[in-house]
Amino acid sequence: MGEDTESSKGNHSFLRDYVTEADVISTVDSTTQENLLATGDKGGRVVVFQRETVSSLLPPTSSHLLSSLLPLPPLLSQPKGELDQVGETGESGEYNVYSTFQSHEPDFDYLKSLEIEEKINKIRWLPQQNAAHFLLSTNDKTIKLWKVSERDKQPEGYNLKDEEGRVKDISTVTSLQVPVLRPTDLMVEVRPRRVFSNGHTYHVNSISVNSDGETYLSADDLRINMWHLGITDRSFNIVDIKPANMEELTEVITAAEFHPHHCHLFVYSSSKGSLRLCDMRASALCDRHTKLFEEPEDPGSRSFFSEIVSSVSDVKFSHNGRYLLTRDYLTAKVWDLHMEKGPVETYQVHDYLRTKLCSLYENDCIFDKFECVWNSSDSVIMTGAYNSFFRMFDRETGRGVTLEAWRETSKPRAVLRTRRIYTGGKRRRGDVGVDSLDFTKKILHMAWHPEENIIAIASTNNLYIFQDRVSPDTQGPDLGSDTI
Amino acid sequence: MFPKGTKRKFSDSGDEPAAGGEDVNQPSSVAVRMLSSYSLQRQSLLDMSLIKLQLCHMLVEPNLCRSVLIANTVRQIQEEMTQDGTWQIMTQALSAANAAAQCSADRLVATEVLCRQTEATQGEQVLKPFPAVGSEGCPAEEEVVVEGEGGVTMSTVSPQAPTSYLPGTFGMDPCWEEENGEDEEEDEDSEECGSGSEEGDSDRLVEDSRTAEQVFGTFEIKNPAPSPDPALEELFSDVDASYYDLDTVLTGMQSAPKMGPYDLLESLSSHGPSPLSSSTSCRSDLNELDHIMEIIVGS
Repeated sequence: MGEDTESSKGNHSFLRDYVTEADVISTVDSTTQENLLATGDKGGRVVVFQRETVSSLLPPTSSHLLSSLLPLPPLLSQPKGELDQVGETGESGEYNVYSTFQSHEPDFDYLKSLEIEEKINKIRWLPQQNAAHFLLSTNDKTIKLWKVSERDKQPEGYNLKDEEGRVKDISTVTSLQVPVLRPTDLMVEVRPRRVFSNGHTYHVNSISVNSDGETYLSADDLRINMWHLGITDRSFNIVDIKPANMEELTEVITAAEFHPHHCHLFVYSSSKGSLRLCDMRASALCDRHTKLFEEPEDPGSRSFFSEIVSSVSDVKFSHNGRYLLTRDYLTAKVWDLHMEKGPVETYQVHDYLRTKLCSLYENDCIFDKFECVWNSSDSVIMTGAYNSFFRMFDRETGRGVTLEAWRETSKPRAVLRTRRIYTGGKRRRGDVGVDSLDFTKKILHMAWHPEENIIAIASTNNLYIFQDRVSPDTQGPDLGSDTI
Repeated sequence: MFPKGTKRKFSDSGDEPAAGGEDVNQPSSVAVRMLSSYSLQRQSLLDMSLIKLQLCHMLVEPNLCRSVLIANTVRQIQEEMTQDGTWQIMTQALSAANAAAQCSADRLVATEVLCRQTEATQGEQVLKPFPAVGSEGCPAEEEVVVEGEGGVTMSTVSPQAPTSYLPGTFGMDPCWEEENGEDEEEDEDSEECGSGSEEGDSDRLVEDSRTAEQVFGTFEIKNPAPSPDPALEELFSDVDASYYDLDTVLTGMQSAPKMGPYDLLESLSSHGPSPLSSSTSCRSDLNELDHIMEIIVGS
């Protein structure tokens, strides 16, 4: 398992028989405009994908290349059962690699004699303000702001430098010329614009850009800091749950996010399963929550694993800002911001694991942190599971569906079939038994396009992108219609 | 769910003292077995949790969330065991074993129950030979040298030293004893009474200190607790006090009086190698020894 070179990563990652540790995708995020998708991996690299919006006049060979870069089944099924195979449409919407860059390097903390991993924990795009795109990427300790921009023109005709940039011999210059901008091949430039370092003693687990477009928060296990995007040498500590005596530590922060519209509100989740909504107008240090969302524990189902299983691994505001979506080990819950005493909806993601908690504790799988996402209209929620399965729940009907992100069973442009876990009763063909689930194939990271029905699922070192076959629009697909 | 070896061993031993008999007025064999299997499961969970806390990579800072969750689980189990009276039984077994400096057959049973770690379990779990000498990642440890004070003088930790008494923190967990070699283990059970071993180097304690550091200690360097003896304070002025953390966190509910490290050293100096006195203070004494060893090995 050696380091791979940048050149080989993009083309040959699907040919390797083994997974290079460094290729494991650790985060995914997508932008609102320009259809960019970014993934970060354990090796500290960020890969940015761009969606092709040009209608497909692509020659067949290049399409083939694209599908060999990523398994790209472009068809998505809404939770309605099996769909018919759809023929080749050659339609646009495929994602290509736009840029790859090394965001973080391994580091060493000399004070504690500990390594700092280069693994990218989170990436967040900033709202676009000009032609360039900005994203924040973070490892355990340092957050960086990257500018991703395109260049398709190049100045030519300098008087003092030649084409390669070498200084010319003055004696050879006989006339003056005005440099002109000439179109060149499209180049994507990525430059680090800010480095926000030394803000965190513990491992950063979340970053969230504020709706004001100027600030963002970064959360580690015990503290949350607020930064200004333009200022790197200072940050404000807005939450600090570190006890005076570390011996009394029983709860840590697991995720945090700003409200999508109110720049003074943010929420953070804890390892005890509670959510705290904080208002920054109330005080500078938001140690006292404005609202505490907590579901009282069911005394009947208490076990040694109750607390671990209740630890929230991800929290997301809905797009309309009225609901919160949280994920703990076995369930996904939707909370109404106006109701603190419990979630309004609870979805069982993989309840069949409830009897296996001891084994999952033993192999550490019980500590896996699954992410969850909303769709653009907040009507569907999605989260990952094991065995390359992920789950989608329709909030209106309450029904859930299991889908699989696995290269062997899905070809490009094939329709996703729903899967079932066999938990008793009549066993159908294709049902998967609980004991045959592969717990090494976990879907932890995912993203849903903010406007369209396109999802990106990260499975180990592969990125799967699925989109709605009928129409990429926000309205639910009209299944049963034949051609697009 | 729990290792087969554990079950086998349990059925070999005599009565299960931790059956929670107080709740059962007329214990039928089924009820007793159910309760026993529950406490067995709980015990194995406790063992597993403690191992998890110990086995952290020292190259990278361990995941704090995971450590906190495991520590909470351990504390929860301990609380339950305290309520059950199981804890009481075990500490009494320990203290009796220690006081006598010998072990009778009865006590053997008790320790047998406690000594859950078997070959089977060893095989299942990958326990790296834990470097008792806190070498990698803790280069500062060797520098701490304790001089004088009751003749406790050691500057290095030998990884070969047998763990001759049960670690005081939980009053159990021979799992770490396997680092001394599997052959010793069965014998170790009976030797846990601590025959003249208080001053012995202990892998367990080194692990404790390393764990403390791993779990909570690495993150903070605390000021040492105020000392009653200024001379001692000088001696330990540069000792990192954070290693207390795990011990206290995980003991949690212990009602034993919490003594600072300097107190411990004083008491040890007066004790010498003589066996510890009463059962009530036995646990605190074991804690003290824990602390002392941590100081000595310098975390």
